Amino acid sequence: MALAPVLPGGFELPLEPRLPRIGSVDAVALEARAGELAKRSIKKESKLQALELAVRMMDLTTLEGADTPGKVAALCSKALRPDPVDRTVPPVAAVCVYPNLVRTAKERVRGTGVKVASVATAFPSGQAPTGLKVSEVREVVAMGADEVDMVIDRGAFLSGRYAKVYDEICEVKAACGEAHLKVILETGELGTYDNVRRASLLAMAAGADFIKTSTGKVSPAATLPVTLCMLEAIRDVNDESGRVVGMKPAGGIRAAKQAIQYLCVLHETLGRDWMTPDLFRFGASSLLNDVLMQIRKQKTGVYQSLDYFTID
Amino acid sequence: MTDVEKRHATPATLEWEYAPAPEARDIVSFQQRYGLFVGGEHVEPRTGEWFASISPATEEPLAEVALAGAEDVDLAVGAARDAYENGWSGLRASERAKYLFRIARILQERSRELAVAESLDGGKPIKESRDVDLPLAAAHFFYYAGWADKLEYAFPNRGPQPLGVAGQIIPWNFPLLMLAWKIAPALAAGNTVVLKPAETTPLTALLFTDVCRQAELPPGVVNIVTGDGSTGAHLVKHAGVDKIAFTGSTEVGKAIQRELAGTGTRLTLELGGKAANIVFDDCALDQAVEGIVNGIYFNQGHVCCAGSRLLVQESIAETFVGKLKRRLTTLRVGDPLDKNTDVGAINSKAQLEKIRELVASGKEEGAEIYQPPCVLPEKGYWFAPTVFTNVAQSYRIAQEEIFGPVLSVLTFRTPEEALEKANNTAYGLSAGVWTEKGSRILWMAERLRAGVVWANTYNRFDPASPFGGYKESGFGREGGRHGLEPYLRFE
Repeated sequence: MALAPVLPGGFELPLEPRLPRIGSVDAVALEARAGELAKRSIKKESKLQALELAVRMMDLTTLEGADTPGKVAALCSKALRPDPVDRTVPPVAAVCVYPNLVRTAKERVRGTGVKVASVATAFPSGQAPTGLKVSEVREVVAMGADEVDMVIDRGAFLSGRYAKVYDEICEVKAACGEAHLKVILETGELGTYDNVRRASLLAMAAGADFIKTSTGKVSPAATLPVTLCMLEAIRDVNDESGRVVGMKPAGGIRAAKQAIQYLCVLHETLGRDWMTPDLFRFGASSLLNDVLMQIRKQKTGVYQSLDYFTID
Repeated sequence: MTDVEKRHATPATLEWEYAPAPEARDIVSFQQRYGLFVGGEHVEPRTGEWFASISPATEEPLAEVALAGAEDVDLAVGAARDAYENGWSGLRASERAKYLFRIARILQERSRELAVAESLDGGKPIKESRDVDLPLAAAHFFYYAGWADKLEYAFPNRGPQPLGVAGQIIPWNFPLLMLAWKIAPALAAGNTVVLKPAETTPLTALLFTDVCRQAELPPGVVNIVTGDGSTGAHLVKHAGVDKIAFTGSTEVGKAIQRELAGTGTRLTLELGGKAANIVFDDCALDQAVEGIVNGIYFNQGHVCCAGSRLLVQESIAETFVGKLKRRLTTLRVGDPLDKNTDVGAINSKAQLEKIRELVASGKEEGAEIYQPPCVLPEKGYWFAPTVFTNVAQSYRIAQEEIFGPVLSVLTFRTPEEALEKANNTAYGLSAGVWTEKGSRILWMAERLRAGVVWANTYNRFDPASPFGGYKESGFGREGGRHGLEPYLRFE
């Protein structure tokens, strides 16, 4: 088994001047900064642009034991045309489902530009042998998943076995092939922002295309400060090595207003280059309709009741 | 090229701009003219002279204000003396507390109006007047209201007694907050006051007179005399004043101290600063960058305790300054009333000229200047956030207080060197230390010759925490129990 690097890629001990360490995060100041950014006031045309971008960045998600092909087919229709009344509303970025539903989803969205993301690696706990996780990933990719959302082994991470976490991500990345890898840190279980930063760097060093906050099964899921912390880690890796890694906050984002706050944090941390569905996603199951409602409010000036938006 | 990099090569599609989000200004209406507030009445100045207070963001005149002369100051001091002797000093302490609590609550209730007025008259961003100035001003009144009937417990067995009439002169950077810092402890201790607001920012003090009336504060307990430096000088020279409290420039502070030498009038001075913000290589970098930005660009750098010198450990200097410069590009300079504005207008033309002069000297002495690209409004007084690198300890920009959004970056190698450089200044008001190492924070705090040392934060104020300086930054403390002491004599 390979060893995890003491410092993640791009953070090797310096022979020339560079960040000499993983670094740390000051929780009080981080939360204060996120709080400041949440107060940004976005109005009118900018708001409409932000809301449409939020739709294009959405990974429309259903991760329930009760998911059926019928439920997923409905979700896919909603993903393709979120607002049947307003054709100018763009499709979402992807649908995110359990492995067994990848085929159904793929059939529905094939050729449309909407991607299929599948959770994998013993989601949501990650407490399974590595071999099982890797074969699960191979299988979902074979079934047509364009994107794989894996969970890290928090048991290993919290007991200090970073090498295990790192190796597993490397193996999963190899199993992904062409598919895109999002690594879920489950920040709600990591306890400190220092851990979030460490896990972010570890995941990026091991080859993550995206880092993602949460499974949605643990509270707290995504928060503004934890997202800011991860975005800062992404920025440091980009500064050091030029690598470009995406970000996906997931879970707990239910209101359009929150989505706009995340976009403000993104914009002021990584700038316009990251304001694209290729590099930022929202993982959400109930956010879409609130965003649609706000879009219609921006366009018509009045709110319509939820009955005017399809449930899926 | 990886898949992600290929995707990234497609151009981003969004031109993200915040639309203007101005706070409504019709919540505040200024009178055309404001007289002096003497003995609970608004009176015309005996001088017959008036001057305009303008908005530094637009140069538009907001209101005319009386220019108080010697006779006016004399009347105000007389009214304060009268109120002190015939009522206020004999009032039960819990009654004094009642008025202070009332004022605090009214400040909270009228906070939006006062915040807008503060931003209009002084040019500071509405998010600061709304989230910092007003809440803190109210908090000071609440805090000292609580002490009013507990002075015996604050100073046990010392028999605390009020002094009489306090003359208070405040600066233009935090007009209403400095008013609260001055008036709240003075009144809590049982004194009456004559307060002179700064020439360029008198309007919130004048609105405060209405707060006093609303609180039914007995006439003459608070008197406000507006004017220029000459008005302040009359107040300082007045024999009927028992104590002078001054916040402002070191130059004027020295003149006041010369004037009062040997007169027996009590004096506290809170003067300038040239604070060092010291960043060690083990700090939380991104949060330290935020702290440095807050330390120097907060209120356009018009802060006596501003962290105007950044001392950064040489091993991380390049990375850190890179992060700092990038952060500067996201600072939004412009309309103070816009809720998204981070840096507002320079308070006055005179101050703008002073900043320009010092920045020119920095360039001339060989420092390297960086200013983020930003479009400054054509009207009004503006200065882009500025960072100087390659600054030597001997440059004027490393020694003199600029009182503007200008940061001088110096480097150090060891904690000892950082300490030496930080203390190597005529001032000693505040300092900041950024490190994850608790023992180093304590080591530095013990040795820094500064009245306030912040660790892993900056520009944080609390009414319970004393504030004041060493050396040319003045003497006496404001805030906390310490802040009562200058307004009391002991038996």
